[in-house]
Amino acid sequence: MSIRTLPLLFLNLGGEMLYILDQRLRAQNIPGDKARKVMNDIISTMFNQKFMEELFKPQELYSKKALRTVYDRLAHASIMRLNQASMDKLYDLMTMAFKYQVLLCPRPKDVLLVTLNHLDAIKGLIQDSPTILHQVDETFRQLTDIYGGLSAGEFQLIRQTLLIFFQDLHIRVSIFLKDKVQNSNGRFVLPVSGPVPWGTEVPGLIRTFNHKGEEVKKTEFKHGGSYVAAPKEGSLELYGDRVLKLGTNMYSANRPVETHMSAASKNLASRTQESIVPNPLAKEELNLLARLIGGMEMQKPSGPEPGFRLNLFTTDEEEEQAALTRPEELSYEVINIQATQDQLANDELARIMGEFEITDQSRRNASKGDDWLAMMDEL
Amino acid sequence: MFRRERSIPLRGSAAALCNNLSVLQLPSCNLTHFGVVHGPSAQLLSAAPEGVPLAQRQLHAKEGAGVSPPLITQIHWCVLPFRVLLVLTSQRGIQMYESDGSVMVYWHALDAGDASLVQAVFARGIAASGHYVCVGTWAGRVLVFDIPTKGPNIVLSEELARHQTPITDIATEPAQGQDCVADTVTADDSGLLCVWRSGPKFKLLTQIPGFGVPCSSVQLWQGTIAAGYGNGQVRLYEASTGTIHVQINAHARAICALDLAPEVGKLLSAAEDTFIHIWKLSRSPEGGYIEVEHCHGECMPDTQLCGARFCDPSGSSFAVTGYDLAEILRFSSM
Repeated sequence: MSIRTLPLLFLNLGGEMLYILDQRLRAQNIPGDKARKVMNDIISTMFNQKFMEELFKPQELYSKKALRTVYDRLAHASIMRLNQASMDKLYDLMTMAFKYQVLLCPRPKDVLLVTLNHLDAIKGLIQDSPTILHQVDETFRQLTDIYGGLSAGEFQLIRQTLLIFFQDLHIRVSIFLKDKVQNSNGRFVLPVSGPVPWGTEVPGLIRTFNHKGEEVKKTEFKHGGSYVAAPKEGSLELYGDRVLKLGTNMYSANRPVETHMSAASKNLASRTQESIVPNPLAKEELNLLARLIGGMEMQKPSGPEPGFRLNLFTTDEEEEQAALTRPEELSYEVINIQATQDQLANDELARIMGEFEITDQSRRNASKGDDWLAMMDEL
Repeated sequence: MFRRERSIPLRGSAAALCNNLSVLQLPSCNLTHFGVVHGPSAQLLSAAPEGVPLAQRQLHAKEGAGVSPPLITQIHWCVLPFRVLLVLTSQRGIQMYESDGSVMVYWHALDAGDASLVQAVFARGIAASGHYVCVGTWAGRVLVFDIPTKGPNIVLSEELARHQTPITDIATEPAQGQDCVADTVTADDSGLLCVWRSGPKFKLLTQIPGFGVPCSSVQLWQGTIAAGYGNGQVRLYEASTGTIHVQINAHARAICALDLAPEVGKLLSAAEDTFIHIWKLSRSPEGGYIEVEHCHGECMPDTQLCGARFCDPSGSSFAVTGYDLAEILRFSSM
């Protein structure tokens, strides 16, 4: 509903994706230079200026299909490849992590602090590239410019919009189960203790006033939780104490990324059925994808830097097994770009292609005659 | 004390919206109707006293063009002097049905014309006031519809333009007779409350300013306004003057719903902190000012609540919905 939700959704999911990829690259002992290239390539594509411009325009949230396609493309922005099963698992982990963070935010506005936590950590993952660092700082500025001044009511709407997007997702994540933040039925634990949100009083007090506004009585009641006052407000500065831990990197080399694939959600029929029409993409979604792809370096696996495959599972056999046993209702539908050929007749796309010719230096050797679909095939 | 009754299963989980449960009690046929918003659809069901669901129906937001179908923001039964209407608000407009949801009698499309590009368009906040139905919009407008005793000849009678931010909730109570007695309260995202007297032309009696958080839910009882806020507070005001009389630090997270049992002056508050609380409202014998006493608290573990209603006018039973929960939780006093 809120038309300011997409940047927050994209940046936080992207952040989680980078945490997981970083962990897997180390766990799989990928050579340092390759790992560094992959991380830098993906981050650079994610924070591409044209892409960010498109992203920050006020708009409705993308369909789940379109968003999943964006991350598929992002994950393949470099020399790394992921099999379908690994990509599915990556996306499961990303979405459950961000759902958890949104749900547990004390105040709706705290989702902004979660986003800044992700950006802070992303900057730490960039190696030897002041250009990419600058891109992230630019995005930081855009974020605080737009969201710094939003009201509590607008953040409440953003929170509701995000929760509606994540409704009925109950995939169980090992690291959450172990840390006891998720129950075995896939529901997150909502603690009834700890600090109250910034701006909220500890529950338990009833104050009565007379018609002159003077307090005439003060009574207490038993609330049932055990809350304490909030220590301080998290900082929205470029560098500052965010206070909130949600959105920081919970993975390390020693904590494996596992999910349990048994469908924990009993009411599967209740999940909103997205229409599977041949052209499910809205014009805006195509724009975003076009800009994302336009900002990507065209990488051929057989090029100067040989590619490699990342596995989100411990062994290849496990990955194969996961692909075979994934429940039907949990399969993600990814948009087949081939199927949207007739969208090329769209004036908007033609204009975008034209724009790329003039301004985008990173496209290699493209002439006006190049078939756009052929370029897609190369990805 | 309350005991947990058998839950009523829902086809779809409840969406993370405020005031996401409407209850229509039909004592004549010993049935209770429940309405819950899932997202692009809403579910109506009727249940017998033991909670056994008897009939159910799904309604959808009108105008489902585009990639994603429009979301429903609220569903609410409006009890009018001669009929009951079921009103549904969405990102596109306002749908009104006969009380069982079988026939749509009226559709009002929202005019998104003056929404600047940065505003989400939707209707939200539904209440019956006399023979009027009031519905709020994203722009802070309150649309007043004049409802005939029967038939579809519903007319937009007035558009109240006092609020500047999206309407969250509207509360009403039966008119008390005199001209200047408040019978309608409207609330918005900035926490502002406007107090009105209904009629062919609604009259603004007073305003109560917000304090930086949304007022997500509001109730009106015997000249007392009960307002629930995004910072977990419940505040009680004198409707005629707008003076604050009670401030309760009631919850640790945003309040999502308030309801009133008018026969006994009991107030039910539910919040995202997983708790519901029941309060007793009264007037002090000496000063005649409003007093509150805490009666009962209940925790729904790991459930971010989104709706709560008493199921009878004496407040001896209540029902609750939660985000991602595909059932209505019910409680009744022992």
